[in-house]
Amino acid sequence: MSLDSILLIEDDKINALTFKKGLSRISTDVELIILETAENALHYLRNEGNTPSIIVLDLSLPKMNGTDFLAIIKNDADLKGIPVIVLTTSTNPSNKIECFNLQVAGYFVKPLDYFELIESIFNYWKKSEFVQAVKEKENH
Amino acid sequence: MKNNRPILLVEDDKIDAMTVKRAMKDLKITNSLIHVYNGIEALDYLKNQSNEKPCIVLLDLNMPKMNGIELLKNLKNDASLKKLPVVVLTTSNAEKDKTESFNLSVAGYMLKPVDYKQFVDVIKDINFYWTISEIPD
Repeated sequence: MSLDSILLIEDDKINALTFKKGLSRISTDVELIILETAENALHYLRNEGNTPSIIVLDLSLPKMNGTDFLAIIKNDADLKGIPVIVLTTSTNPSNKIECFNLQVAGYFVKPLDYFELIESIFNYWKKSEFVQAVKEKENH
Repeated sequence: MKNNRPILLVEDDKIDAMTVKRAMKDLKITNSLIHVYNGIEALDYLKNQSNEKPCIVLLDLNMPKMNGIELLKNLKNDASLKKLPVVVLTTSNAEKDKTESFNLSVAGYMLKPVDYKQFVDVIKDINFYWTISEIPD
């Protein structure tokens, strides 16, 4: 199956809105879910059994931060197959290595041209295949 | 790509490897392409300290000796190699291959288009993405 939904974990409302606008310019058939904390994202993924095609993760989040979230996701057999892309303002090289060791599928340092960034993420992942979502299988 | 380190292509099919090379040339991608034919050769290349580390790996799945999934397992169990982004480039549309690849945290799973123009588009988007994205040092 192909790209059908993106989970954006971003506590900054303006960044989230910019992402939403940018995505809607490119595509109207990809669902965007925006959650403000990693805790809410874990709840969304685990308790509600949702499987987004990809997760776009801001690293600096209130309470649980992005790398803690990554470590949890990658140790969870049900969730580790979801590609996670990091968006951050951190230029600290050790953060970058830590995230790649935690198996991120992209690491983008802000500020970037936001529309170019979204276009690049969309075009790339639009070409990728994905594992068939569990909820879809259960519907049969 | 973000930096000028080589791209490692793991591919047993000579024609497909030539197509990647031709697409890179047409797109004026200046990174060099290191081509190896199976997982064993890829590990040999990556574990030799005198070889330049690649920026990303483009990985075919169906290969003799050591296939793509076996190579991925080796890479992800190696503390110094696990950070390397691996993009699958295959003709396999099998659900099992997709599941195994994503559980081994591949950074994309692209089906090889038969049509050359579409093939170039795939390489173009891979290049653009990994030019904007950081790459582990």
